Amino acid sequence: MDMPLPDQAVLSAHARITGRLRGILPADAVISDPTETRAYECDALTAYRCAPLAVVLPRSTAEVSAVLRLCSELGVKVVPRGSGTSLAGGAFPTADCVVLGVARMNGVIETDYENRFIRVQTGRTNLAVTGAVEADGWFYAPDPSSQLACAIAGNIAMNSGGAHCLKYGVTTNNLLGVTMVLMSGEVVEIGGPWNDAPGLDLLGVICGSEGQLGVVTEAYLRILPKPEGARPVLMGFASNEVAGACVADIIRAGLLPVAIEFMDRPCIRACEDFAKAGYPDCEALLIVEVEGSDPEIDAQLARIKEIALRHDPVAYRESGSEEESRKIWLGRKSAFGAMGSIADYMCLDGTIPVSELPYVLRRIGEMSAAVGLSVANVFHAGDGNMHPLILYNANEPGQLETCERLGADILKLCVEVGGCLTGEHGVGVEKRDLMHVQFNAADLEAQLRVKDVFDPGWLLNPAKVFPLDVTASRRAG
Amino acid sequence: MVRAASGALSLCGGGTRGVAFGAGEVLETSSLSGIRLYEPGALTLVAGAGTPVAEVEAVLAAQRQRLAFEVPDMRGVLGRGGVSTLGGVVAVNACGPRRVQVGSARDHLIGVRFVDGRGTVVKSGGRVMKNVTGLDLVKLMAGSHGTLGVISEVAFKLQSMPETEMTLRTQVPLAEGLGLLRQALGSPFEVSGAAFGRFGALLRIEGMEASVRYRAQALQDFLGGDWAEVAGRTLWAIVRDGGGLGEGALWRVSCKPTAAEAVVEALHGVEHEATFDWGGGLIWIAVRGVADGGASVIRGALAGVGHATLLRGSGAAVFHPEPPGVAALSRALRAKFDPRAVLNAGIFDQGARG
Repeated sequence: MDMPLPDQAVLSAHARITGRLRGILPADAVISDPTETRAYECDALTAYRCAPLAVVLPRSTAEVSAVLRLCSELGVKVVPRGSGTSLAGGAFPTADCVVLGVARMNGVIETDYENRFIRVQTGRTNLAVTGAVEADGWFYAPDPSSQLACAIAGNIAMNSGGAHCLKYGVTTNNLLGVTMVLMSGEVVEIGGPWNDAPGLDLLGVICGSEGQLGVVTEAYLRILPKPEGARPVLMGFASNEVAGACVADIIRAGLLPVAIEFMDRPCIRACEDFAKAGYPDCEALLIVEVEGSDPEIDAQLARIKEIALRHDPVAYRESGSEEESRKIWLGRKSAFGAMGSIADYMCLDGTIPVSELPYVLRRIGEMSAAVGLSVANVFHAGDGNMHPLILYNANEPGQLETCERLGADILKLCVEVGGCLTGEHGVGVEKRDLMHVQFNAADLEAQLRVKDVFDPGWLLNPAKVFPLDVTASRRAG
Repeated sequence: MVRAASGALSLCGGGTRGVAFGAGEVLETSSLSGIRLYEPGALTLVAGAGTPVAEVEAVLAAQRQRLAFEVPDMRGVLGRGGVSTLGGVVAVNACGPRRVQVGSARDHLIGVRFVDGRGTVVKSGGRVMKNVTGLDLVKLMAGSHGTLGVISEVAFKLQSMPETEMTLRTQVPLAEGLGLLRQALGSPFEVSGAAFGRFGALLRIEGMEASVRYRAQALQDFLGGDWAEVAGRTLWAIVRDGGGLGEGALWRVSCKPTAAEAVVEALHGVEHEATFDWGGGLIWIAVRGVADGGASVIRGALAGVGHATLLRGSGAAVFHPEPPGVAALSRALRAKFDPRAVLNAGIFDQGARG
């Protein structure tokens, strides 16, 4: 992965830049000691590392504004950062940048049940948003796997999803308004605790813009009353094709589970060894969760069972208690941890039309065998969002490169069958150079023009999302 | 045609729901018609922007599927004829009562192809349900009223039709009715419609037979009061299609639900009528006998709590004024996509048609 050469003028002005930052922020909000900035050298895409020039941790929108105004004036690039849990390198720094972390801005500004929203500072973690309203019977729906750690700022930047978005949608469907600071330092309020925009839907293009357009410091989020109950069922099948057909039938039948999760044999094995969740020994496994009152759940599961039985499941286990529900989810939720315990891995995130599932899984199997790296598949089957995990050994020379090539080939396959490069993790630096596979020059140019409007100097989150060749002339300016 | 255009173009799907049209030669999209891909098992549909909504709805209904956001038929209240098209639905980001549960057109639009003001074909999104690849121009196009490009193809995610639906009604005064609707929306019983008008307060529940029955009872126990099951189809169509309001300037107000009453109260002394949807989050208001259609009063009452669009009538700007920072960004975006200002140019600044 290439990154542009750092701006030598900025590097040599290090002392002056940090001095100016200290002039506008409290002393503890500016970090420039190399032993401390190292903590910010990467996000959850740990294969790439680069310590930034400095890190700032402002406590208010006004402080964020002051930082961006100053960096604009000095021509210094800024990399916004939530909790640093991006799997795509969305918060990967450059040597000549200031990392702007919003972690200290984590308060709740307003909670309003009658109007069904919460307004928070965006450094607040995803789970802590639900935490603020849970006791009163409410929750915030998007639930990325990293929800314990990930910040709302990052969720908005990446338009994060989660296992339950099949029913509740992703971040963009649950975001009502933002306070955003432009690179110029100007603060804009977009949207609010009402629906839709009077003019262009700027909120829609800001959500998922990966820190390219501005730094979102506050957000109005839709909150929902908690369902009365939820219950998962686990089913094992003799092949990926059969499990895929079962998913399609459940969807066709008009049932709306909150989640349909899919794991293939390599993934089931690893999770079983790691978490001992008691998963059946089979080729493919589905976890289907439904919500409602007990009688409603019973009625839905009766229909789901009827469909599943038509596909000769080798196992069918409905949860009968909290403990059993926990066990069913245990393996799935520890999938990444399980993989991490046996190898280094790269987690992909392509989405495909659900109908292409069996074909894509078969092709991934062939491609994985051809290069000699194993791939375990775990994904949100209801919406076709796949997470192939490529296992490799970082200490063996050449394996990371082989893994990256296989990853790229799998993502190209996703696009080929009518899907996309990333369903919920974002492009970041990881998939930046693959954007040409999905978009032609005119498609990309239209996106660059949006960036031109919000960040004309191209200083925000440099060298991400867009292939370097198409942004070269703009970055030079 | 866009590239060759020497003057302004006025974009038009079926001409049934646009609230503002640009000057110049009319560019109709009706020839960009036809369903290009429909995968019931993947809940996705791709079609030309000029495809009639009715055609799509019929094809979906045959598979017991639908566009979940409920497409309003605005011909009645706007006094128009014509055939509503998918492109028009996207251009105005249309939606109906189910907005409270599933969002609007923008939340179901997963891909779009358009011709920008330079005549360049651009695509964004695709035909899969989850997609965060690159900037989300799909959302930007939804509700852009033809100012960023001529939409040529759209892709939607679909929803299965529920087994059954039930509507509950109670006759109570406005304040009490709106309070009940907000309470219902804050319950776990999955309300898919919450409206108030001269027909009373309405709640809708959809889903599997047994579940609907259960939730209807649970809701009544939770809310108290005197609710009766009524035939809902016609009532929800009235709510969806502009509130069934008569003569006068017609407003579509989007606001914080708890602000709804105050917005209408501000019109005290002015002849008006209102229908509320989304638990008060949407108000259709017809205003009679005021030169500006009630614009200053309504928009004044909405400061910090919402926005209002003038759908019918004259004497005021169609679109709610945006804060200066937001307006500047929107203007700059329009200039980037349509540098010669040929596409429905100036509509965000113009007054209503007379």
